[in-house]
Amino acid sequence: MTSDKSFYEFISNGVPGPEQKVDADNAIMPARKLAFSRFKELGLPTIKTEEWRYTNVQRFLKDAFTLAQEEQATVTPEQLKAASIPQLDSYRVVLVNGRLQTDLSELPAGGKITVSKLSDAAGNAQLQAWFDKHPHLQSQPFAALNAALFADGLFIEAGVNATLDKPIQIIHVYTASANAFIQPRHLVVLHKSATLEIIESAVGLNDSAIAFVNAVTEVVLEENAELWHYNIQSTIKNSRHIYHTSATQKADSRYHHFNFTLPSAELTRNNLSVALTGSNTETNLHGLYLATGTQHVDNHTFVDHLVPNCNSNELYKGVLLDDANGVFTGKIHVHQDAQKTNAFQQNNNLLMSEKANINSQPQLEIYADDVKCSHGFTVGRFSEESLFYLRSRGIGEEAAKSLLVNAFAFDITDQVHIPALQDFLAEKIRQYVAGAINN
Amino acid sequence: MLTIKNLHAEVDGKKILKGINLEIRKGEMHAIMGPNGSGKSSLSSVLAGRENYTVTEGEVIFEGKNLLDLSPEDRAREGLFLAFQYPVEIPGVSNLHFLKTALNEIRTYHNLPPLESKEFLKLTKEKQQLVDFNANLMNRSLNEGFSGGEKKRNEVFQLAMLDPKLAILDETDSGLDIDALRIVAAGVNKLRNADKAFMVITHYQRLLEYIVPDFVHVLYNGQIVKTGTKELALELEEKGYDWLKEEVHQKESV
Ligand SMILES: Nc1ncnc2c1ncn2[C@@H]1O[C@H](COP(=O)(O)OP(=O)(O)OP(=O)(O)O)[C@@H](O)[C@H]1O
Ligand SMILES: [Mg+2]
Repeated sequence: MTSDKSFYEFISNGVPGPEQKVDADNAIMPARKLAFSRFKELGLPTIKTEEWRYTNVQRFLKDAFTLAQEEQATVTPEQLKAASIPQLDSYRVVLVNGRLQTDLSELPAGGKITVSKLSDAAGNAQLQAWFDKHPHLQSQPFAALNAALFADGLFIEAGVNATLDKPIQIIHVYTASANAFIQPRHLVVLHKSATLEIIESAVGLNDSAIAFVNAVTEVVLEENAELWHYNIQSTIKNSRHIYHTSATQKADSRYHHFNFTLPSAELTRNNLSVALTGSNTETNLHGLYLATGTQHVDNHTFVDHLVPNCNSNELYKGVLLDDANGVFTGKIHVHQDAQKTNAFQQNNNLLMSEKANINSQPQLEIYADDVKCSHGFTVGRFSEESLFYLRSRGIGEEAAKSLLVNAFAFDITDQVHIPALQDFLAEKIRQYVAGAINN
Repeated sequence: MLTIKNLHAEVDGKKILKGINLEIRKGEMHAIMGPNGSGKSSLSSVLAGRENYTVTEGEVIFEGKNLLDLSPEDRAREGLFLAFQYPVEIPGVSNLHFLKTALNEIRTYHNLPPLESKEFLKLTKEKQQLVDFNANLMNRSLNEGFSGGEKKRNEVFQLAMLDPKLAILDETDSGLDIDALRIVAAGVNKLRNADKAFMVITHYQRLLEYIVPDFVHVLYNGQIVKTGTKELALELEEKGYDWLKEEVHQKESV
């Protein structure tokens, strides 16, 4: 437990280091050790750290945490249902605090797509090749901490030309009986011309103790691979979340990332980054974040154009209610070699109260001359006119507000290609807005 | 149906309505005319429950209920409808979805089950034909990119769909072409019956040729300064408002 020690002290000296892990003699141990010293060197970010200027993470680390945590939990069918998408025909992967629960899961079988525990895949050449190698993770203290001390996670591998008849839904269950610092670690590798749809959602089992989730997902898309990656973030109140999702795209690959943050949690920080290492790629990053009460939602994205002829397109939209705080930082780096780059970025925000706040900053660093890049940022206040119009037709305030929020979110939800997921999101948004109004 | 007694209202501390008295009974068609800025839209806003207006005096009874105590949505559910002078555009909300939501919220209020999709579509088709509303516009976002006239027609289409007891039409005729005016007026006439009442705000006598009013009121400087029959509209068309304004000022100085 941390108690009177600082979190940094606690991690550096108060817990068993990576060499004490059960997988101590496996092939990724050197990488774990490297990551641990990297973490110690980087230290924890403060508000003086540029990338954490608007997110004071220290205040979320003051409580006493333990790294020990439940590896299993009794998950009732109702609890699973709460995180499942109705009417969605999919494979199901259930994790408890990052650990795969095969008895609760329904995995694709016998094909060229495998879903396994990361810990079982330690000898896999792909894991050795890619684990903690993403260039953007190297400067991230929380990602380093995760690499050093993660407990377990998923390894998903899709072979050459592999495809599935339906999406994989990954349900992350988080539970803590004492304040826990939970570190799942995942790797997704799509080999040449493989395609996959992944939908992640999360559910919390109890909120008697704090669940601090520090998760990292690395994604690798080999030539001509295509991944639809949906992440729905909505968990229990007493939780805090820092996510890193880092993708590497090789030539002709397509990555469609959707991030929906509809939190109950106090803190959500997303670091989404994509390194484009091969030409003719397509990258679509869509984000929708809602926040209410005193919640803090921070999205950091980074698209790294390293080579010519790549297209990236990013649209993030936020709706902030009450005293909620939003942060959006969108970095686009176009390297000198990356001619004929198309890179677009847009961030639109809707503030539904006087006290809600957004800090949005695009960061464009363009070193090539033959490129098309643009960015835009808007903050709109909620239109009382529109609200009155709807109410004057008999639509109650709550329904009217959720209609307007759904309308604002439409550009994003419209891009979702799975109708059941689209319906689920619309309903989630409706519930979220209703909950916020009735609070 | 509607009784307005000595209604005073202000917005941002500015007095706009200064003692309105008006009685509208079932089956009646009332026209409200008056110079720009006299308070016509303000009156309809106060009746519909726009929140930036503060009622400082007076009362409004609608079907036996104290209208001013109700939220805007409950006023609509009780059967009040306002066709806006300037309908707002709401991107992302489809016209049809919006109407279905509105209709079902009103039905729920009256303890009725929501309409089945089939019934809803049937009703939509019927009303769309009644007011000759372009079917292509129904699937579009609410008023987004609609022409001025299309927006006005959409207001009348909504009126037909929601079937209120009292409909207030705030300059629904302005922006309509001559054919559209006739069609919209014919639609309104078809909706007219012994149980319903209308309050039609207009600047033009032409509309009143199609929709013949039982009463014509002139609103000036926040008060109804004259009430007459359809002949009053003709007189105003001919003489303008100056003679009325003078009358008012003379009365005031006496
Ligand atoms: N928010 C506001 N703040 C201050 N004054 C306002 C506000 N809204 C309306 N007014 C004023 O109230 C008065 C009445 O306006 P209203 O829109 O009711 O007039 P109207 O009779 O409908 O005019 P028109 O024929 O041009 O539509 C006008 O002088 C207008 O400027
Ligand atoms: Mg007006």
